[in-house]
Amino acid sequence: MVIRTFKLILLLLLGVPVVASAQGKLNVVTTTEDLGAIAREVGGDKVAVTALARGYQDPHFVDPKPSFILAVSRADVLIVVGRELELGWLPPLLSSSRNSKIQPGAKGYLDASVNVRILEIPTGQITRAMGDVHPSGNPHYWLEPGNGRRIAQAIRDKLSENAPANAAYFAQRYADFDMRLAVAEKRWDATMAPYKGTKVVTYHRSWPNFMERFGLDVMGYVEPKPGIPPSPSHTLELIQDMKRQGVKLVVVEPYFDLKTPQAIANQVDGKVLVLAPSVGGTKEATDYIQLFEYDVNLLAGALKQVTGK
Amino acid sequence: MRATRFACVALMGVALAMVPRLALAQTAEQAQTIQQQIDQLRKEFGDRLAALEAQLAGIQGGQSGAGAPQTAPLPEVGQGGALSNSKVFNPDMAVIGDFLGASGRNEVNPSPALEMHESEASFQAVVDPYGRADFFVSFGEEGVELEEGFLTFTELPGKLLTRVGKMRAAFGKVNGLHNHVLPWTDRPLVINNLVGGEEGIDDAGISVARLLPAGPLFLEATGQVFRGDSGELFRSSKRGDLSYVGHLRAYHDITESTNVDLGASYSYGHNPAGIVGDVDIGRFTTKLFGTDVTLRWRPLTRAIYHQFVGRSEIIWSDRGQFGGRQRSMGYYASGDYQFARRWFVGGRYDRSEHADDAALLDKGASATLTYWPSEFSQVRGQYRHIDYADGPAANELLFQFQFSIGAHGAHPF
Repeated sequence: MVIRTFKLILLLLLGVPVVASAQGKLNVVTTTEDLGAIAREVGGDKVAVTALARGYQDPHFVDPKPSFILAVSRADVLIVVGRELELGWLPPLLSSSRNSKIQPGAKGYLDASVNVRILEIPTGQITRAMGDVHPSGNPHYWLEPGNGRRIAQAIRDKLSENAPANAAYFAQRYADFDMRLAVAEKRWDATMAPYKGTKVVTYHRSWPNFMERFGLDVMGYVEPKPGIPPSPSHTLELIQDMKRQGVKLVVVEPYFDLKTPQAIANQVDGKVLVLAPSVGGTKEATDYIQLFEYDVNLLAGALKQVTGK
Repeated sequence: MRATRFACVALMGVALAMVPRLALAQTAEQAQTIQQQIDQLRKEFGDRLAALEAQLAGIQGGQSGAGAPQTAPLPEVGQGGALSNSKVFNPDMAVIGDFLGASGRNEVNPSPALEMHESEASFQAVVDPYGRADFFVSFGEEGVELEEGFLTFTELPGKLLTRVGKMRAAFGKVNGLHNHVLPWTDRPLVINNLVGGEEGIDDAGISVARLLPAGPLFLEATGQVFRGDSGELFRSSKRGDLSYVGHLRAYHDITESTNVDLGASYSYGHNPAGIVGDVDIGRFTTKLFGTDVTLRWRPLTRAIYHQFVGRSEIIWSDRGQFGGRQRSMGYYASGDYQFARRWFVGGRYDRSEHADDAALLDKGASATLTYWPSEFSQVRGQYRHIDYADGPAANELLFQFQFSIGAHGAHPF
């Protein structure tokens, strides 16, 4: 009797139809808001984009919530940052998604890091004594407009592969994004030009692409090693180095505590600056171009204060 | 006649005029071909040179190492993956050590003063385009056991998530968790008394789970069939003595920081109470019913510093045995709060009757303090008081060191 009831319940459950996907539009799921913003630029009204992690949360530490499983299960295209950024939370979403279209290697899967410029690729022996190191290089590569352009190209190609009828539309949207980005880049370059070669400190290694692009030199980090919280000895050492080299700006991501950076800034008579590392990291960073607009203007303003230029 | 001669001369003239032109045309064609070949070679050479330069730049850039300050290295373009090809098809492998210590008094269920409680080795990889495999082998101080080893099919129609192999059953919350993800050094009394203890419902079988349409609500139904052997909880004497587990899970994001997870579980199987001298003369069965609720709060902008998880499970057992069926019940309620990046504090209240004698009621309470040096190690202390129904009260100070090496896959939420 029990077995028969169990089988009946199981059959009833399995017989319920699954949810249909969005009508006519390509369902695109991205792991971060940056990729989501670029997908919207390229996909326009032919795609429905869902970004999983919010721009103001640490993308290394995201809970693989069941609500994300729902989103991934309905995706036609999944775009990931890659370079082990989502290693701690994406695999259980993929294995529970029941969606073969977006598994790695499938037609609907895009690792946005494949054709971009990657910095800090470690060589030699890698151990966790080095902290939370990424064996395939620094995954914060989207913080460079050139890489944004390359990501947009990859998204254009992936969307066209999955919706060939709209390929011309995606190509036109990409060209428009490319043009607007190029115009904005000239503006950002002009804003940042006076500060080329200025040394700064950042909390985490989130900014190598950004700082390199605008000619700033990251001379140290608040974290003693990637992912390891600040220690008193490292903090003292960093303060000494900053004083010696005249470094007065500490750049922090919105999801880190400001206590230690503020203490460092006080010691060097400098300034703490919270920049947005992602679209949505602040309410002003509404899209990919606005993210740089916000960061560049804020950074230039702070550099003007601390350098007097 | 003159006209014929004129025509011949004219033809010859045209022919003579054509010869150099034809030769010239052929020469031009050859030159164009050669030029194309040169261009092609130049392009290939250029591409190759660019790739080599990019590789060199990557090596130079990488020489600073991940732990050293960045020295504005030149980037590498288009590197799809920096990992060695020889390791591409190896599974992700990891070992998690669980070292336990105990002090104080417990005469009913004493644990050793010091023990390497478990070393869990995991091997996880994609098998083929249709599935992935996960193996978890548990090494104790005296033996080895396959804790879980299953194949998950990712390509089945109807959005079914199907697993075959040995696995922890989807009964409630704690039964499905490995030791190293528990927020305590032990398992709650109700799990020990009614659901088979540390091993729990962990058996060879088939699991089918399906998402049910419920709008923004995550609703998942799971049906599992097992061989029917799970420690002292279920025992199979015949091939047909299968055990069954059904689980319904509902999850909802209340806000982006707060969510609630509800579950209802049912399990049925033959128990060993009727086995006398290797013969199951009683043919007794056990039915388990459970409900669980988990409330989580984790503010996204401070997710690495603060979070709270409140959890409770209530379990009812209906066990057949000589002398009639015993209906027992138990529950636990716990709360764990992360108050700093590396620090957690928690508490748990336990209350459970015994499965074979509902008149015996154990009660307990615990307090925990956990420190995480990093994501890959943790130190935990737990004070535990238990009022046993069949023995003197226990007061213990338990401590635990956990450490992980290798690439252990992320756990389901």
